Amino acid sequence: MNVTVLGLCGALLVGIGVFAFLWQRHLLRRVLAFNVIGSGIFLYLGAAGARGGAADPVPHALIITGIVVALSASALAVALVLAHLHASSATRLPEDEP
Amino acid sequence: MTLAFDLVLCAMIVGAAICAAVAGTIFAAAVFFIVYGIFVSLAWLRLDAFDVALAEAAMGAGLTGILLLRALGRMPASEDRPGPALAPALAGAGLALALGWAFLALPESAGLGPVVRNAAPGAGAENPVTAVLLAFRAWDTLLETIVLLAALLGVWALSRDEAWGLPPGLPQRVRPDGVLAGFGRILPPIGAVVGVYLVWAGTSRPGGAFQGGTVLAAVALLVSMAGLAQAPRVTSGALRLVLVAGPLVFLGMAFIGAVLSLWQPGAAFLALPEAHAKSLILGIELMLTLSIAVTLAALVAGPPEDRA
Repeated sequence: MNVTVLGLCGALLVGIGVFAFLWQRHLLRRVLAFNVIGSGIFLYLGAAGARGGAADPVPHALIITGIVVALSASALAVALVLAHLHASSATRLPEDEP
Repeated sequence: MTLAFDLVLCAMIVGAAICAAVAGTIFAAAVFFIVYGIFVSLAWLRLDAFDVALAEAAMGAGLTGILLLRALGRMPASEDRPGPALAPALAGAGLALALGWAFLALPESAGLGPVVRNAAPGAGAENPVTAVLLAFRAWDTLLETIVLLAALLGVWALSRDEAWGLPPGLPQRVRPDGVLAGFGRILPPIGAVVGVYLVWAGTSRPGGAFQGGTVLAAVALLVSMAGLAQAPRVTSGALRLVLVAGPLVFLGMAFIGAVLSLWQPGAAFLALPEAHAKSLILGIELMLTLSIAVTLAALVAGPPEDRA
């Protein structure tokens, strides 16, 4: 029962993250939304793996790998955002400019 | 009672996520995101996933938070107006509903927990998560360390020509009597002990190379942000050696297994010999920790820059 609550919470987080990713225009906010989507998926996967009663270490190991990869992808994304800012003095993509 | 706790926890997680998504300023959004990460790591504790809780608190909340705040400090205060909300809201709500329905429709499964717990003692790590990471799914972990290196290459490739050869990140200026300088002296010894303990305990208890490495990376970042020590230049040979040492040792062990398999049945690429598995896993973890800590610190510090 409790596991179901956390799994549904993960589903809701993915929805919030996708909403923010599509809605926000500032690139740093999009990186943030990408991280919300990621941790929502991790929670969803972890809760799905815990339904058997005992904790399942295989999804846990997958999720730890996922957290590390998400962090390195975010670092690369932030570096790209800053490079874009230096090159064009803009914090949004050209197609999102008003 | 525990159901009530879980419901309150989920409400706080979702609330923090919504605040991070819609907050008026990006600074507020980043701070809400850090709070959100801490709540999520509490949810991991509720799922008995102690290793994931440590990783989420250290990386998801800690390092990602530093990354966002540091980037924010370098951006001009620009007007930040989001686009129309209707279509994104419908997409988000639809996806959340579909995922929720899929979760409720999942068939029952016992998972791989019992299999891993039976095999873990022979694999050289009593902590089943460490056994999966470094023995059963060592392939994933090996490639993950290489993903970290690839991301660092990408970040360094974004540095401008004039700045190449400088230390990673911006040169720091700190008030010598400020809060940051004080914390920079008090926290690193505690952080170093916690980081090394997490690696050491990781084979039998929650912890491991990634969690310990992240704490050590945070210590290195704090020392450099407080201006107490200068980070090495990106062209330094010693820095590059440390960056590749962990993956190289891991790969080396893997190839020793491949060579042994020529005349020893049971040996294979990435298969650790059972008699020495525990000491080999500890050795690989120590080297990996060093490389992970330095790579993460360099990733968060960003490409070398020469102007403020």
